Amino acid sequence: MIPSAFEYHAPTSLADAVALLAQHGDDAKILSGGQSLIPLMKLRLATPRHVVDINRIAGLDYIREEDGVLRIGALAREADLEASALVRARYPLLHDASRVVADPLVRNLATVCGNLAHADPANDHPAAMLALGAEVVATGPRGERRVAITSFFTGPFATALRADEVLTEVRVPAPPPRSGGAYLKFERKVGDFAIAAVAVQVALDPAAICTDAGIGLTNVGTVPIKARKAEAFLRGKALDDATVRRAGELAAEEADPADDVRGPAAYKRDLVRVLTARALRLAAERAGGR
Amino acid sequence: MRIQLTVNGERHEADVEPRLLLVHLLRDVFRLTGTHIGCDTTHCGACTVLLEDRPVKSCTVFAVQADGKRLMTVEGLEQDGRLHPIQEGFVQEHGLQCGYCTPGMMMTSYAFLKRVPMPSEDDIRHAISGNLCRCTGYVNIVKAVQHAAARLQEGGA
Repeated sequence: MIPSAFEYHAPTSLADAVALLAQHGDDAKILSGGQSLIPLMKLRLATPRHVVDINRIAGLDYIREEDGVLRIGALAREADLEASALVRARYPLLHDASRVVADPLVRNLATVCGNLAHADPANDHPAAMLALGAEVVATGPRGERRVAITSFFTGPFATALRADEVLTEVRVPAPPPRSGGAYLKFERKVGDFAIAAVAVQVALDPAAICTDAGIGLTNVGTVPIKARKAEAFLRGKALDDATVRRAGELAAEEADPADDVRGPAAYKRDLVRVLTARALRLAAERAGGR
Repeated sequence: MRIQLTVNGERHEADVEPRLLLVHLLRDVFRLTGTHIGCDTTHCGACTVLLEDRPVKSCTVFAVQADGKRLMTVEGLEQDGRLHPIQEGFVQEHGLQCGYCTPGMMMTSYAFLKRVPMPSEDDIRHAISGNLCRCTGYVNIVKAVQHAAARLQEGGA
């Protein structure tokens, strides 16, 4: 399959990339990993007149923790996330997610920031970042601004990014002591989107009472869903079996799945119930609270 | 747009449209037809090549993205008329039937064994999970990779 013709730009600085976006607006698309954009272009579901390849901009491929924040740059690949000892040790939710995004070959090019900017409700990182309370950095002609992840996803494939902005970084607050997370994805096969998936992050106090909980749901709505009722229910409680099961029921109520080729809505909603409870048990275990 | 790149140690140049896919550059312009086109939708991995040592699906990369880069295709495995241990593994363990997925399987395995020289069976299955085979059921492919790992450990490269 051959994409529509386009003009290719390969800026070597962020300022040049932003200037190209400012010039071409909605006619331009950013190419980072390209693992969603290029398939869409081959199907001619996307027909940008200008492609701005940011891969030749140096210094955007970092994954590092500083000042209590995990910073993931625009060109950090999913494979880099999967291989990161820091992420494996400190952010098990992200490590879990990094192993189930698409497949290992796609992950060699696909980027974490691209997974967010593309804003497919079936993508894995949006739910993960909702659970972690992340924020994204948008860089435009007037400099940087930060956007809370909770206000980033405005619709299917739509975000708070302006036409002249590049998503240059995602920032994840470092978890306090006695924290744990997990990402559980139910998929038909490796490389497919989730039938349903659940991201969970919990923090416990020394008595193993849950002080904070984040829950994100993948591919059970037109946007990634933050399960706020389930989160609120968990705060102040020990994560025993009855509590975890009830949180699963609440999260299932907050899901808004549709019937499709991956299954009927009722099935997906029940998957959310089961996966939420399982993810909470695993997250609590990883936090040292069970 | 004029691009230059290195494929299997040889310098190549071409004048390409930006929309030309890397797999078409390799097959149609450079006539390196060992790299296969399978699904053309980023699923099957038959088109896997190494871009700066990382296996990628060349149906999902534009040729212009490879400007100035180093590529390796299945044609680069054999050296001086001798099969690479990964190729030998696929022969010895009957790691193919129709052979369509084999170039991609071998390129993924080649890169994987450089990174993880002594893998478990689970490691191998995870590593090749982006390459689809519709004939073998993967059993002999896993054996082929294990064969290659053992040979490379002996210094058989």
